[in-house]
Amino acid sequence: MIAFLKKQWSKNKYVYIMLIPVLLYYVLFCYVPMYGVTIAFKNFIPLKGILKSPWIGFQHFKSFFESYYFWRLIRNTLAINIYSLVIGFPAPIILALLLNEVRNTHYKRIVQTVSYLPHFVSIVIISGMILQFTSRNGLVNQSLSLFGLEKIPFMLRPEWFRTVFVFSGVWQNAGWNSIIYLAALSNISEEIYEASKIDGANRWRQVIYITIPGISSTIIILLILNIGSLMSVGFEKVILLYNPSIYETADVISSFVYRKGILEANFSYSAAVGLFNSIINFVLLMSSNYMSRKVSETSLW
Amino acid sequence: MKVKRTTGEIIFDIVNNIFLLFVIVITVYPFLYILFASLSDPLKILQDEKILFLPNGFNIAAYKAVFKNPNVILGFRNTLIYVVLGTTLNMILTMFGAYALSKKDLYGLKIFMVLIAFTMFFSGGLIPTYLLVKKIHFIDTIWAIIIPNAISTWNLIIMRTSFQSVPESIPESAKIDGANDLIILFKLVIPISIPVIAVIVLYYAVAHWNSWFNASIYLRDRNLYPIQLILREILILNNTDNMMMGTSALDTQPIGETIKYSTTIIATIPILTIYPFLQRYFVKGVMIGSLKE
Repeated sequence: MIAFLKKQWSKNKYVYIMLIPVLLYYVLFCYVPMYGVTIAFKNFIPLKGILKSPWIGFQHFKSFFESYYFWRLIRNTLAINIYSLVIGFPAPIILALLLNEVRNTHYKRIVQTVSYLPHFVSIVIISGMILQFTSRNGLVNQSLSLFGLEKIPFMLRPEWFRTVFVFSGVWQNAGWNSIIYLAALSNISEEIYEASKIDGANRWRQVIYITIPGISSTIIILLILNIGSLMSVGFEKVILLYNPSIYETADVISSFVYRKGILEANFSYSAAVGLFNSIINFVLLMSSNYMSRKVSETSLW
Repeated sequence: MKVKRTTGEIIFDIVNNIFLLFVIVITVYPFLYILFASLSDPLKILQDEKILFLPNGFNIAAYKAVFKNPNVILGFRNTLIYVVLGTTLNMILTMFGAYALSKKDLYGLKIFMVLIAFTMFFSGGLIPTYLLVKKIHFIDTIWAIIIPNAISTWNLIIMRTSFQSVPESIPESAKIDGANDLIILFKLVIPISIPVIAVIVLYYAVAHWNSWFNASIYLRDRNLYPIQLILREILILNNTDNMMMGTSALDTQPIGETIKYSTTIIATIPILTIYPFLQRYFVKGVMIGSLKE
């Protein structure tokens, strides 16, 4: 055994040396926090450190489940994600399908290039733009008054938050997300199309019977990934856009963890909420992958 | 062979092209609007309510105010430092990891891969990570910005997949000639993999440029703030006070609006100018990452 290890070392010395900082990083910044999450079961007192803080078991979880905002958070997190899924998942697919039908390659490339652009603009700027456009005299309200409609203070009305959030997300990312589908589309061989044309298929039938089945495995994998993150809404955008008057629909689990933990320094409680969220995400990902493996041949692993 | 198109198909093509034109307009116009508004007379922006197709009363007061603000310049400087240092660290670690993990005969390869991939699906969470950074005294230092996210597992896997496709003969014959793995990595594998390297560099660099959250929770010293954090103050938290010092009380209120627009433009210009040239690489990156799953 020792001889085996020695041989490994002398043969691949530098490879192992290269691996050391990488493994160090993962241990320190990925696995140590996984251990640190045990403060969710303790009454964490910073001065005493993790080990010496008193153990209180599931108390934090209990008080979270019984709190008045528990269902609100779950509802908001799920609602925003399902809304995003319903609107935002088909959008890039449809865009890719439409782009695929364009005959002029120059025009196609121009549209593609332009549509990717918002993806690269930082979320801070995008949020700034959203807030500006939805403000009293912002672009959206100006357009509304042009049509004789009443102005709406969007970001102060809880009922509008999810719509603004989801549609701005589609605006920002539909173009970029269509890349994967366009790549999959280009993988469908020309011959199948040719053969179908000889059999008399028109473009519409080609789309239904060739194109969509052709990219179905890509669609399924991305759908799995999306469902797997159904309980995690990226908090960066939420935090940038929300304000106390719309917490009712805007506050999601991750933004709640941020507020309680970082801003209010309620460490172990928010760690408990965060752990609850991580576990649910993990379970969702595992189950959607399992189901996909059962139903179709495609899955992540 | 020229196939005749049916009328239905011609109509579809026309409608499709118009729709895609609409996509272009709706993507580009918000930026144009902000550009026009930033070049407009602050008072008119506040009073007139119309959709802009041109600046409303040409006026560059908003830009002057931004450039007078030391925070913005400082923010850009800091972000530049974070991008350069951060991306360099990212690349060294990612390349080391990708190369090491691409070696089929590496002892413990399977375990390492499982442990690393697992981190993509489960993590300790925001609070434990924050407490860790606090514990090792990284708070208020540049380390808190570039180390906690030093390796992106996603990028690591993309690069590893690419390294795996380097033919075995190359490192083998180099070894026979007496080269060690360091030389093989830097003088052979990397030059062959330049396209992937370029893509990953861009991914990391853009992520650093756009990042604000880690800075917001780990930094207290304003001198270390990256530009996105400054932008957040101006655009989101409505804090344009710093820029309005030195203007009379009569001017301050309306210019607050146009300052937001001009800051947005200034912060977006770098991306907009570099983007067209680099866009091709990003697209390739997505394809490499997805098709080789």
